[in-house]
Amino acid sequence: MQTHKAKRVEIIIESMMERRLTEALRKADVTGYTILPVKGGSGRSGEWSRAGQVSRAGGMLAVVCIIRPDRLDALLEAAFAVVDRHIGVVSVTDCEVLRAERF
Amino acid sequence: MDQILTLAAENLLSPIILFFALGFAAAYAKSDLTVPEAVAKAMSLYLLFAIGFKGGASVASHGVDTTLILSLVAGVVLSFLLPLLAFALLRVMSGLDVTNAAAVAAHYGSISIVTFVAGTSVLDSAGLAGEGFMVAVAAAMEAPAILAALWLIARYGDTSNNEGMDGELLREILLNGSIVLLIGSFLIGAITGADGLARIESFIVAPFQGVLCLFLLDMGLVAGRGLRSAAGVLRPGLLAFGIVMPLVGSVFGLAAGMLIGLSAGGVALFMILSASASYIAVPAAMRVALPEANPSIYLTLSLGITFPFNLTLGIPIYLAIARTVTGG
Repeated sequence: MQTHKAKRVEIIIESMMERRLTEALRKADVTGYTILPVKGGSGRSGEWSRAGQVSRAGGMLAVVCIIRPDRLDALLEAAFAVVDRHIGVVSVTDCEVLRAERF
Repeated sequence: MDQILTLAAENLLSPIILFFALGFAAAYAKSDLTVPEAVAKAMSLYLLFAIGFKGGASVASHGVDTTLILSLVAGVVLSFLLPLLAFALLRVMSGLDVTNAAAVAAHYGSISIVTFVAGTSVLDSAGLAGEGFMVAVAAAMEAPAILAALWLIARYGDTSNNEGMDGELLREILLNGSIVLLIGSFLIGAITGADGLARIESFIVAPFQGVLCLFLLDMGLVAGRGLRSAAGVLRPGLLAFGIVMPLVGSVFGLAAGMLIGLSAGGVALFMILSASASYIAVPAAMRVALPEANPSIYLTLSLGITFPFNLTLGIPIYLAIARTVTGG
């Protein structure tokens, strides 16, 4: 089956920043993304678990975008402007998709 | 003093406190006991709905007068001024940097609605009811503290690494779900009055204590986990602040309540509001406006130290003082 190269960008960020991030992505013409809840983890700030949080402010989520390689820089610039000073992780991986016209 | 000790003993052995203690101990002992997030959310919606509606129905019965307006104004003023006092205390007692001190201070100007709900429950048990409009005062005290913290940063701190307040954040603060439900239920209670209350009384009055017990079990779990995971960030000066600041705040609440001429219950509720520290609305605002501030410090202080203190010892102390001072 024919596949096409694409980039998968995963942004793990505080829940409070969700609307700001998705707004920035939309402005950068990134209209396709998936938002996933994050259950817990560990990082520079120590261990973290959703179960130990009392409000949305303590939550984290993952925003996953799959885009054409030529649109990667615009997405990263938009995302970085939002996540720069906040707790989170931005990662980019190569992937392949079946229907290139959708990305 | 005897009255304080008696009230404290009664309070410590009440189901709501014992369930909170159970959750706190279970979390500290690393038990796998959990309350599902959706259930905790549903219980918090129920409590806000019930407390808002009952407050509104009470206002409908007693009518609106100048004490309501004065209480709202006093609440807003206290919410703005208490962070300034907390900021000064923190700088002296703990040596926190400006950003973290301002972020912590904001929590102590704002309020904990769960402490307020627990306070109303203790007041009911003591046969003392506060003015119904104190629910609206609680809502009015949520946001000004955040503005005070941002003013402190602008005045004394480095604004380059912090994002400050924008329209989006202001909207999120003023229209956060808890405030909308609390004020909405209050208004519906005020419009429908005693008739409305009679229709849903079996839902919002009788089950209230049981739901509050289960909710406080969850709050105990959250507070215990938070304290266990972040105990290392709290220095002795910060720990002392977590106990001293609610007592200081309660004195300002007492003064405000007395000046306005509230009942003993109303004065106690004003003290509880002024003594409590936010751990829902303000942390959310701080993560956006002051991302450089360390959430482990302000959340552990407000939720792990001040909240349990107010719940166990603070509320009986405030109630006894309010009774003594007002003769109620």
